[in-house]
This record gives sequence, structure tokens and C-alpha cells, in this order.
Amino acid sequence: MGFVGDTVESIRSMQIRQVLTQIISLGMIVTSALIIWKGLIVFTGSESPVVVVLSGSMEPGFKRGDILFLHMSKDPIRTGEIVVFNVDGREIPIVHRVIKVHERQDTAEVDILTKGDNNFGDDRLLYAHGQLWLQRHHIMGRAVGYLPYVGWVTIIMTEKPFIKYLLIGALGLLVITSKD
Amino acid sequence: MHSFGHRANAVATFAVTILAAMCFAASFSDNFNTPSPTASVKILNINWFQKEANGNDEVSMTLNISADLSSLFTWNTKQVFVFVAAEYETPHNALNQVSLWDGIIPAKEHAKFLIHTTNKYRFIDQGSNLKGKEFNLTMHWHIMPKTGKMFADKIVMTGYRLPEQYR
Repeated sequence: MGFVGDTVESIRSMQIRQVLTQIISLGMIVTSALIIWKGLIVFTGSESPVVVVLSGSMEPGFKRGDILFLHMSKDPIRTGEIVVFNVDGREIPIVHRVIKVHERQDTAEVDILTKGDNNFGDDRLLYAHGQLWLQRHHIMGRAVGYLPYVGWVTIIMTEKPFIKYLLIGALGLLVITSKD
Repeated sequence: MHSFGHRANAVATFAVTILAAMCFAASFSDNFNTPSPTASVKILNINWFQKEANGNDEVSMTLNISADLSSLFTWNTKQVFVFVAAEYETPHNALNQVSLWDGIIPAKEHAKFLIHTTNKYRFIDQGSNLKGKEFNLTMHWHIMPKTGKMFADKIVMTGYRLPEQYR
């Protein structure tokens, strides 16, 4: 009997107890993934501890599809650091380098200007209309680690949802029909 | 028991584990490199120095930057991002860091350089505090790895001073 035949046969022969076990093991996989992700959020202090680079604005350092590990500590932000920031009215966060910092004497408020290594000018054109500086609350984290290519998985899945559903379906079927 | 699926799964898991271990080892090996970089920056000329219409001081200068950063490179180094920033304190701001020039060093062969340049980014103060201001020029570098942890360090050079008068 072929692979497909085996699969159909194993679905047909399932008992209620077996079904329950499968549901629980599926639930374990989903929840443990969630635990790891939420644990990372607590550990790094950043609301998204891992980001995928989507544009070429930091080339040749970071290319599209590379992933960055973020950390958000209380340490002050300094020039040269690569930060991930949100701009009001823009959905996707941006990963660029800090080129100017002005930190106040008493309040420790800070004005930050960023630029992509591969861009010609600074980021004021990307900021909200009339915004000259980023403040602390715009910053989601600073990049501390780097891994190439791995982010392509997410890029492909967001741009070709068909592949995502195919993958999820195949995995689900595999979990349900696995015999142990 | 040993179906195609099981074997494929085992091979894939093993491959990913080995890859992750190699990435970790490559990144960890960076810790054994003890670099000894050198840098010097000279201000050759203050091209102009003025107060803008909005009240902020701006200065344009010509810099001579020389450095030897070749000891920063290891087998896990993709590139080194290097920049020179002016750093100073004003009554209003505890710290001002203004990047004046930056560059990307793609390989060890290019890590020893001498360049002659005007400031690439505008040197503008928040306010009008630059007359006779003492400041530091700091060369920072950020090592971007092929994989793993990023390293950064700097050399601070003190004793620079802007002119007492606009010109």
C-alpha cells in the first residue's frame, strides 16, 4: 500500500481515545511555540524579539530575508546602533542605524535621527509629516544578533499564502496520522 | 517504523542542528579575537561657521581621517561599519552625538585607510552653543558578522575646539 493509502487507512481506523491524544499533542506543539515566543518577549524586553529584514536599505550588511535578534534594555541609545522603530501612520517597522543623538540634561528625553546604510539621505522623509526626530517611545529594540537567509521562510509565506496553507495542512495531517 | 517520512524528518532535523551549532561556534570564536585598532582624526579647516535662520549653529569642516582597523577582521566578519562622530555637552543637552562621516569596510585589505573629506552629514547644534565649544571626535566601529553576535567599540579623541567667531 502506498503512502496515501496508509494515510486514509489510519484515519479510518482511529478510535475516540486516539483522536483525543492527537488533539492534545497538537495543542502541545502550538502552546509550546507560543510559550517560547512569549518567553523571548519577556527575556529580551522587546515586543518583537526577532524581525525579518524586508528592504535593501541596510545592504550590504543586512539583505532582504535576513533575520535580526532584538534586545530592548534601559541603556541609552547611542549613535551607530541599529534600531528598529515605528513611525506613526506606518504599519511596518523600519530597521536603520542611528546617526545623531541629542539627549536632554535633566529629563533624559532624547532626539534620535536614523539613516539606512545603503540610502543616500537620512530618514526624515520616512518619518511622519513634519517630524524631525524619533523619541524613545518610537524605538522597539536594538539589533544585537544576526542570522542570514532564515527570514525567507516568512517572506515566502506572507507573499504566497497558498504555500502557507499547503504547509499547515500537510503538517496537520502528519500530526493527526502519526502513530505514536 | 522507518518510513520515508521518518527518515526525511531525522535527516532534516540533524542538518538544522549541525547548521545551528556551526553558526554558534563561528560567532563564539569572535570572542577570542583581541583587536588593536588605531585611529587619528585631524581637522584641517573650518570651511564656514554660522548661525542659521532658525537659531541653530552649523559648522562645515574638512577632516583628515586615518585608521588601521585590520585587526578587527576575523573569519566571521562580513564588514565593518566605521564612523566619526562629534560629541559634546551643552547647557541644554547632556550629550550631543553628531555623525560627521561614515564608511563601510568590506574586507581586511581595505581596513587601513587615509581619507580627506568634508563632513558628510550636517554638523548642526540644537541651539546656538558651538562658539568656542570644546568637543571630542570619536571613531566608532560596528562589526557586522556573517552570522551571530554583533560587536562594537570606539576610540575617543579629545581636545578639539571650534572657533570663537562665526566665519
